[in-house]
Amino acid sequence: MATLNPPREELHSSGPAREGVWGWLTTTDHKKIGILYGGSAIVFFLVGGIEALLIRVQLAVPNGEFLSADSYSQMFTMHATTMVFLVVMPAAAAFTNYFLPLLIGARDVAFPRLNAFSYWVFLFGGIFLTTSFFLGGAPDGGWFGYAPLSTQLNEVVRMDYWALGLQFVGLASLLASVNFITTIFAMRAPGMTLMRMPVFVWMALVINFLLLFSLPIITVGLIEVFLDRNLGTLFFDAANGGDPILWQHLFWLFGHPEVYVLILPAMGVVSEILPTFSRKPLFGRSFVIFSGIAIGFMGFGVWAHHMFTAGLGPVAEAAFALTTMFIAVPTGVKIFNWLGTIWGGSIRLATPMLFSLGFIAMFVIGGLSGVTHSIAPADWQQTDTYYVVAHLHYVLFGGAVLGLLGGLYYWWPKITGKMLHEGLGKIHFWSILVGFNLTFAPMHLLGLNGMPRRTYRYPEGLGFEFWNFLATLGSFLIAASMLVLFWNIYRTWRRGEVAGPDPWDGRTLEWTTSSPPPVYNFAQIPVVEHEDDFWHRKYTTSEDGTSVAIDPPPNMDLEPDANIHLPSPSFYPALAAAGMFVILMGLVYLPWGLVAVGAGFLATMWGLFGWSMEPLTREDH
Amino acid sequence: MTTETLTPPEQGVPDMNNMRKIAMWVFLGSEVLFFGSLITTFLIYRTRVGDGPSASQVFDIPFTSISSFILLMSSLTMVLAHHASFRKDWRQMRVWLLATAALGMVFLAGQVFEFTEFVDHGLTVTTSPFGSSFFLLTGVHGAHVAVGVLLLAATAFMSFSGRLRDGEGMNVEIIGLYWHFVDIVWIVIFTVVYLLQV
Repeated sequence: MATLNPPREELHSSGPAREGVWGWLTTTDHKKIGILYGGSAIVFFLVGGIEALLIRVQLAVPNGEFLSADSYSQMFTMHATTMVFLVVMPAAAAFTNYFLPLLIGARDVAFPRLNAFSYWVFLFGGIFLTTSFFLGGAPDGGWFGYAPLSTQLNEVVRMDYWALGLQFVGLASLLASVNFITTIFAMRAPGMTLMRMPVFVWMALVINFLLLFSLPIITVGLIEVFLDRNLGTLFFDAANGGDPILWQHLFWLFGHPEVYVLILPAMGVVSEILPTFSRKPLFGRSFVIFSGIAIGFMGFGVWAHHMFTAGLGPVAEAAFALTTMFIAVPTGVKIFNWLGTIWGGSIRLATPMLFSLGFIAMFVIGGLSGVTHSIAPADWQQTDTYYVVAHLHYVLFGGAVLGLLGGLYYWWPKITGKMLHEGLGKIHFWSILVGFNLTFAPMHLLGLNGMPRRTYRYPEGLGFEFWNFLATLGSFLIAASMLVLFWNIYRTWRRGEVAGPDPWDGRTLEWTTSSPPPVYNFAQIPVVEHEDDFWHRKYTTSEDGTSVAIDPPPNMDLEPDANIHLPSPSFYPALAAAGMFVILMGLVYLPWGLVAVGAGFLATMWGLFGWSMEPLTREDH
Repeated sequence: MTTETLTPPEQGVPDMNNMRKIAMWVFLGSEVLFFGSLITTFLIYRTRVGDGPSASQVFDIPFTSISSFILLMSSLTMVLAHHASFRKDWRQMRVWLLATAALGMVFLAGQVFEFTEFVDHGLTVTTSPFGSSFFLLTGVHGAHVAVGVLLLAATAFMSFSGRLRDGEGMNVEIIGLYWHFVDIVWIVIFTVVYLLQV
């Protein structure tokens, strides 16, 4: 084992062990992997955003001529697949990777090389899914891939890309969930009891258990779709006794927990931001945590509300209607907790706070339209209409994306050491909020008036023209607002204000280190004595209940420990992931692809073997 | 969790072995849902045989009982290997590891034989949903046994070089967790898929 004894001046730089592209390819530092996840999520957000804009251009006017039915099907399938699996999930993984160890006072995750492997598998999976556009057409059977549409062979390879790509991206999430759960259970700083963990970490724990238990179900479903397509098995072949409804059960048994995987990270981020900018602890903290756990359990008991029109019978439908109404309770509880947090606080309306408030408002609208779906007869009317599109975007865009953007503004200074410009941030917030509502609020009306989803054009004279045009205008306003963010990032990179370690007067451990944090995170492993430990090191409560700064302020300039063990960079995780990418490519083009499968298998084995032989830390400094 | 993890012997140096054990348990939790989905698929399709043979027409319960017994015995040898590694008796440990791997391979050979018999009786993956789900479930289980055999053999051979000696006991314990899990899954499969269908 190598012993790193970093010189004093390194404290204020996160100097990587190796520089340049090779440094990024071989990194095992959770912070760099977090940045890679975040950067990839932004790139895929552009891809998914362009797909969305193409859809909106097609629908701007009746009888749109812009896209063919075929390319429209590819666009809506890939838009959803990209946004769910390649944007929101990796964006959440970015924050989890970067901040989970910092928030619990650890120096890295439990398995740093496995962490790197997860990232590379995710990235290659994303590339695999996206390149399908150029290799015979992208998946076009919907992101839910309903059988038997997804098992029909007449479109050659498209849904093979989908089945294999999702499998691969799912593997990344599964490995990451094992890693994060172990990290949370085994690597907390002394005194960081479970109930003292920041709410973001708690939500990460719930999310990773959801992934751990839901991904294997979709894995089985995807294997069966792939075998039906390529080996002639009969899992979903109704003509020969197979049952297409089984696919719906397998998909939504994964798909509904997945919904909470998408929203809980944003809830965790908001639960960190609101106390900081209200200068109050989170109201009913343990209630928020237990609500999150309740959502985790109940999330596995509501899946069939996606299948009310599949003909399950009145008993099953009534049961799932009830569970769906019930799950609104722990979700609604959190809304009141957040409002209670703001109540009576000294509120600073900085950009992260604005995004958090926007999150609450939009998520309430999306949540309420969601409860209307739980009433099965109403759902029969709403299903497959734009009403559902409106609902899901209010929770996933108005909810998850706004919350994660709040996290971006909140933690940007910690990650880069520079403050994003507040004025531009506020312009971004208001333009995205207006653009978002312009785009998706009209869809409620369109849906209730009967406009179906996933049809590439609509005739004139049904009253759909005005609202659709408005939605298209709104979508371009969203795009423009994202340009403001990118300009803000560029401007900050060139001449941003230096943030310092604690720009927001934060409450949790990540603000005790420099910005960006040193490669070893904490010079000395913190000893935790309170919830919101850093706040209690800075402030004490006077007799009339106000916070008084402790004089002198806590000393944050500590000597680093003599023995700091950090994982060495490793090339093998990326190699193994690349080998698996080659295997996937081969599997699409069977039987000739077997050559690629063999070559990829050898590369994967080389990677895994090298990995298992390589010591975690070695003497190379 | 425990006081051990709250006050590590040396701060900032987490207990690697403990973490690997937690990770294996967590992973096995995921595997429960994986096999659960496969078994559910089979149970839905168990009687959907189309024109092909049904379970009672192809299954040979005495044969599969013997191969199941062999796989269960491999759990015994696995326990002996773990016990030997606990005593740091590396020679004994290697013997029992290889014995476990050998029993696993005998089981796999039995499965290959059984599959060819079924194909001869006209049951393939494309015959009926029953065939598709049977071969997928038992095939995936067989793949898990095969991975286990590789892990056992690799650990046994690597222990010759002494390279893994420090963490060897833990390696054996973690592989043991995996191996026992795969055995337990087979007990469920043998009961649900074989015994209840004839």
